[in-house]
Parts: sequence; C-alpha cells; structure tokens
Amino acid sequence: MSDLPNRKPETGAFFARDRLWHPPGLTPGYKTSVLRSPQKALLSLDGTISEITGPVFGHSILGELDNDLIHNFAKPGESAIGERIIVHGRVLDERARPVPGALLEFWQANAGGRYRHKKESYLAPLDPNFGGCGRAITDADGHYAFRTVKPGPYPWPNGVNDWRPAHIHFSVFGHGFAQRLITQMYFEGDPMIWKCPIVQTIPDKAAVEQLVAALDWGNTIPMDARAYKFDIVLRGRRSTLFENRMEGN
Amino acid sequence: MVQPLGYLKESASQTAGPYVHIGLTPNHAGIGGVYDTDLGAVMVNDKTLGRRITMTGRVLDGTGTPLKDALLEIWQADAAGLYNSPSELRGSADPNFTGWGRCATDGVTGEYRFDTIKPGRVPFRDGRPMAPHISLWIVARGINLGLNTRLYFADEEAANAEDPVLARIEHRVRVTTLIAAGEGDHYRFDIHLQGERETVFFDI
Repeated sequence: MSDLPNRKPETGAFFARDRLWHPPGLTPGYKTSVLRSPQKALLSLDGTISEITGPVFGHSILGELDNDLIHNFAKPGESAIGERIIVHGRVLDERARPVPGALLEFWQANAGGRYRHKKESYLAPLDPNFGGCGRAITDADGHYAFRTVKPGPYPWPNGVNDWRPAHIHFSVFGHGFAQRLITQMYFEGDPMIWKCPIVQTIPDKAAVEQLVAALDWGNTIPMDARAYKFDIVLRGRRSTLFENRMEGN
Repeated sequence: MVQPLGYLKESASQTAGPYVHIGLTPNHAGIGGVYDTDLGAVMVNDKTLGRRITMTGRVLDGTGTPLKDALLEIWQADAAGLYNSPSELRGSADPNFTGWGRCATDGVTGEYRFDTIKPGRVPFRDGRPMAPHISLWIVARGINLGLNTRLYFADEEAANAEDPVLARIEHRVRVTTLIAAGEGDHYRFDIHLQGERETVFFDI
C-alpha cells in the first residue's frame, strides 16, 4: 500500500447512505436473503476515524494482465472464447468528483455462463483459457478500463426457472472503509435484466438503470472489441468545513 | 424552482453472490497464476509493532448454520492507535502493518481467521477515546448490502465501559454481541445475522 501523490487528505465524514435506494436486507423473492438478513434496526453512527479512513492500494500491486481477462488465465498464444469487449468508465463520488486510486476488482462467468468455481454445477463447459477475475486502479481522473469477454446468462436455483442476466461483479474500494461497495454491471438492451430476482431486490427502477452499462460505439475498436461504458458512484464525503472541528478545507 | 444540487446517487449494491472468491480471493478459490497473492491475506510481518493476536469465528444464519460462502474484511488501527491511511492526520502509522485484512469463510467449516495485532485506542468524533476495536465488513450470497459491525475485546472492560459507540446501544443485553471472548492471544467472534443473539450491525 502506498500513498497517492498530490492528493490532499480527505477527512470529512461520508454522506448518510440512502438505504431506500439500495436493496433492503430482506427480499423474499431472492430466497437466500430470508435467513441472512438482519432483523433488528441498524445502529446509526456518523463516521468516526475508523470509518472515514481506509486502505489505499498502489499501482505496484497490479500485474500487466490484471485488466485483461481475455489473456490473464490463457495459455501463451491463446485467448478466452467469447464476444470481445472493453469495459471502461469512471469512479465518481456523490459530489460528482472523480475518485482516483480506487481499486476495482471484477469477476464473471465465461461466455457460456459458467463460473470457474468448485461449487458451480451448471452444465455449460469451462473455458480452459478463462479464469474470470481481474482488477484495475483508477487514474487521476477516476478512469479505469479492462478487456474481457461478454459473460453469458445462466440459470440458478431460486425459483424453478430463474436466470441471471449477463453481468459482471464489481468490488470497489474508495478512500474510506465506509465507502466499500459491491455491485453488478448489466448490459444495455438485455431483456433478462427485468426478470431477475436479484435485480428486483433494488426498489427503484432508476437505481437499476444506473447499473446498466451503455454500448459505447465511439470507443468500440474496429475489427477487435466493442466497448461498454460503466460509471460507478461511491458515497460522497462532507467538506471539512462542515465538520465540528475545522481543520481547513 | 431552485438550483439543482448536482449530486449523484451512490451506485446501488448488489449481492456478492456465491462466487465472490473468484474475484476477491482467486488463489484461495483455486484460480492460480493470475495474481501472486490474494489481497489482504497477510496483515503483519516480523517487524510489526504490537501484541500479535488471532481472531477466529463464524458467520451464522437465522437457523444457526454457519455460512460457508461469506467473505469478511477487517480494518483497524495499529498498536499506537493510528490508521495506515492518507486520511490519518494524527501521525504516521506503523509501515509494517497494513491495518486491512480479507478472509473467506472456510468452505467446509465456515470458520474465518485473521492473524493481526491488538489495535490501540482511537478518538471518537468529540475526542473521547474509543475502546480498542476492529471494524468488520461482511458480504455473502443472500446479503444484499455489505454489513458493518465492530469487534471489541472482552479484556478491555474499563475501556469498553466508557466507549461512546457501545454507549449508544439502547438494549444493553446486545452489547455482548460485539465483544470477542479472549483466551491468551486468541479471540473468538461469531457473527449472528439473525435471532436472539443477532449481532449489532451499524449504518455507518
């Protein structure tokens, strides 16, 4: 872990999380949530230093192929099978400021909808050249990008005939432990998004639409890979002007 | 009409799902050769200052069954009570301690384990010292938004008694859900997602 150069330390507490925008804990349509959701009220706590601080990851942790899922598990000279895509975008906070130095970790099924995991039993085959994980750290403007293949949809045991739409899981580290977020990216135009019980845990249609990446024709590379643009928003933090003890802004 | 504030909405959370290990602990999940090591697997080295401790436990659902597919992250101060973070302005934390760890619960037993150090005390917002604590974040299949809680230490009775966060817990019988029992340098902390012993979770 290393410090980011030329960045003023941020010490404001985070905006309160809008828990009506996020999925509630108990969502019976997604059956596993029934026994795994807390039933008592959460204890609300304005951020102390334990919440407003967080680990920082330097670019030195990254390997050359970390942001290339087409090749980072493939044998030399080979590549993963599937529709080649580039996923890119920015990490911003609720104040619309870029979040530099954010660590993004992503994972996904292969083009046939199969995960490389010992608990996965879908009959679609593994791709010997596809592992399904990657990571990137945002630049000074909050940008990230990676190459992958478009994941396939797959069935899962919930209802008798439930399917996940094509999606990529994202884990995001901002600058504070209270900003920690895991979400999923969906693909523009996929009719299965609106049939999915996990998507339906989100109460607000606009919040779902915020998770749907747009086909980005301008950044599509001719004869190579289509681009999808996916921006992620993390919690904003108060300016230190609004803290009890002013420490300059 | 008024001026628009221009704020954005935080991206909505979605569950980490059953295959979170592929993304966050790929070596543990058997996907070797992509990253050298799994992030957060090692928090200390032989130069780290402070008392070495081990914390273990399980995450239990509403039937008392341990989750075998959960993932935990912890975040804590160093032995002197400083965080290894750019937002820490009170001093420089121990460079040999990351303060951050990540562990998947065991696929057979549901146990997690962190090898770390006992944290020092850090101040509450008003400057009063908080008792030594470790912040936890728990995700899993079936958890729609990561859960935040804290671990406190049973052998810090005096500090716990004056901790401003523990003091906020109205139902005093629930305070014990945040206290890890210690035996020597080993602390045990089970997290109950539901039920009579439901852990106090925070909206931070």
